[in-house]
Amino acid sequence: MKKVLEGSQAVAEAVRLAKVSVISAYPITPQTHIVEFLSEYCSDGRLSARFLRVESEHSALAALIGAASSGVRTFTATSSQGLALMHELLHWTSGARLPVVMVEVNRALAPGWNIWTDQTDSLAQRDTGWIQLYCENSQETLDTTLQAFRLAELVNLPVMVVLDAFYLSHTYEPVDIPEQELVDLFLPPYDPKFQVDTKNPCAFGSLVLPNAYMEMRHNIAMAMEEVLSRFPEIEEEFAGIFGRRYGPVEPIACDDAEIILVTSGTVTSTSRQVIQDLRARGEKVGLLKVKLFRPFPSEMFRRILGPAKKVAVIDRNFSFGASGIFAQEVRAALCNLPSHPPIFGYIAGIGGRDVTTDTLEEIYWQTKKDEVPGKESIWIGLQEVDHATGSS
Amino acid sequence: MQLEVPEREYMYPGHVACPGCGAAIAMRLFMKVMGEKTIIVLPACCWSIIAGAYPQSTLQVPIIHSAFETGGAVASGVRAALDIKGDTETTVVTWAGDGGTFDIGFQALSGAVERNEDFIYVCYDNEAYMNTGIQRSSSTPYGAWTTTTPGQEWKKMRKKNIVEALVAHRIPYAATANIAFPEDMMRKVQKAKEIKGARFLHVFASCPTGWRIPSEISVKIARMAVQTNIFPLYEVEGGVKYTINHTPKEYPVREYFKLQGRFKHLTDSDLAQIQEMVNEDWELLLRKAGKHS
Repeated sequence: MKKVLEGSQAVAEAVRLAKVSVISAYPITPQTHIVEFLSEYCSDGRLSARFLRVESEHSALAALIGAASSGVRTFTATSSQGLALMHELLHWTSGARLPVVMVEVNRALAPGWNIWTDQTDSLAQRDTGWIQLYCENSQETLDTTLQAFRLAELVNLPVMVVLDAFYLSHTYEPVDIPEQELVDLFLPPYDPKFQVDTKNPCAFGSLVLPNAYMEMRHNIAMAMEEVLSRFPEIEEEFAGIFGRRYGPVEPIACDDAEIILVTSGTVTSTSRQVIQDLRARGEKVGLLKVKLFRPFPSEMFRRILGPAKKVAVIDRNFSFGASGIFAQEVRAALCNLPSHPPIFGYIAGIGGRDVTTDTLEEIYWQTKKDEVPGKESIWIGLQEVDHATGSS
Repeated sequence: MQLEVPEREYMYPGHVACPGCGAAIAMRLFMKVMGEKTIIVLPACCWSIIAGAYPQSTLQVPIIHSAFETGGAVASGVRAALDIKGDTETTVVTWAGDGGTFDIGFQALSGAVERNEDFIYVCYDNEAYMNTGIQRSSSTPYGAWTTTTPGQEWKKMRKKNIVEALVAHRIPYAATANIAFPEDMMRKVQKAKEIKGARFLHVFASCPTGWRIPSEISVKIARMAVQTNIFPLYEVEGGVKYTINHTPKEYPVREYFKLQGRFKHLTDSDLAQIQEMVNEDWELLLRKAGKHS
């Protein structure tokens, strides 16, 4: 059934349909609508879950570590400072091999206080052992959240479903809400591979000496690698039931493209329009949308980007002292090819600044004009700010 | 009077505690009352090591080892999952040291008690970060040497009163207990087990390594802490009803202090001041229990 929903409600609908048992969360803008919808669902019985209204994000994830260890399906949502506060337990969740699912609404980190979209919060957690999936619109967010539970429970790793603040979390779009019976077919009740059980008492997470720790970490690495083949299988099954498929990456008009833009999140939607306009004017331009960031599907990047003449990666994030984070990853994926196109790194839309069709065209023309990138990172749209008045 | 202690043990014979460890004795007594329908949440503390390295465990019940500051929160999640699964028999227990309770885990503990989560939180208190090598915590008593309060920098702040902090939450049940008073302790564990909601046990657990005492006086020192009024045995129901469980002989605190290397730098006037502080705390407790005007 199609309904016009806020992005946050699309998330809540997915959590309801997934029949999650324990939710634990702490409020932070712009994640709040998600937990408000879920509180209502729990309160009016649409979802029979225990909702723990804890005293911090750190405790939100800690509670889910307890619940998931006890063998039930779990969910939380957060943003920015909240995710940063969870950092220690992000490592803990993957180390304990717990299939927790989180929706992360990308928001800039303070100071200065800024509640608008920026991907540095989630990308800074790339080494924590969480699978990361970036979404472009509300339908994809709903579908991906459902898939996240299947994926997490299959490989025993936590999954972070990531969406842009406001541009997605607070925007209303028509969304097809799947039927419960069909969701039940796709996502059966959670059948944990292990759980605390007084009849079979085990110690979870105890002291591990160097003789076994390394092998446990290697097992996590292998589970991550397995995602590269398992996620497309899950998507295939999902498409068989619901008719929608997104792919770990999505190449658009890349086959004969000389310049390929690489994007993630809602910037992708704007880029689709830009590509179409430029193509109409005879430009050989393509677009590669990144959805799966961890594990990074390097082979797909090599195959799609390898033959292009130039690549322009658009990062709404920054790793100080290095570059845009997607650009880093793309460079790392391509560097061992016998030859690869120059990779232009553009920084745009930091702290929620709008990334318009003009921004994207500017990026395209600059990439076309320059033989090689003049700098590792090219900041787009920097302006003179009068810090006395705050105006630009 | 004959002490009745159940024969059944829930610890296997081996563990990794130091000789004379009060925390090991505390767990042994506690588990004898709790029995097999117990899940232990174990935030970082001495017991993270005492329980044994993978793939072994000294406890005959499940353990969820967890991050230092998460005792209250992880237990909340376990309880929520058991509720959803319809398991009403199993008791969820957080077993934490003083650092994980008084300091880094205080927020999560306060949150869980405010929500009145249905679990027992046990703090076995050895009055410093013993597992990391005797660093001061907010549970370290006035006057104590630790590796981070050396020489003349010995701790000059009072020990935080954790029971009173939890009583301020109107916690359904809070009690102090001591390894040298096993009958009193086991009665309190039994009582806590039968109450619904958040329950807190503050268990005095001596540490020969950190207190600089011979291991064979571990229990004696713990007993003296009660007999000198330094660690009174009492319980508080519903955050209001105080009961003092043991009227001590009121030995001078000097007797307790002079046996411990961690206090050897204290002068007579320091000890006199500490005696006054202990008397003051005892008077306050008596007033709360309605024993004094």
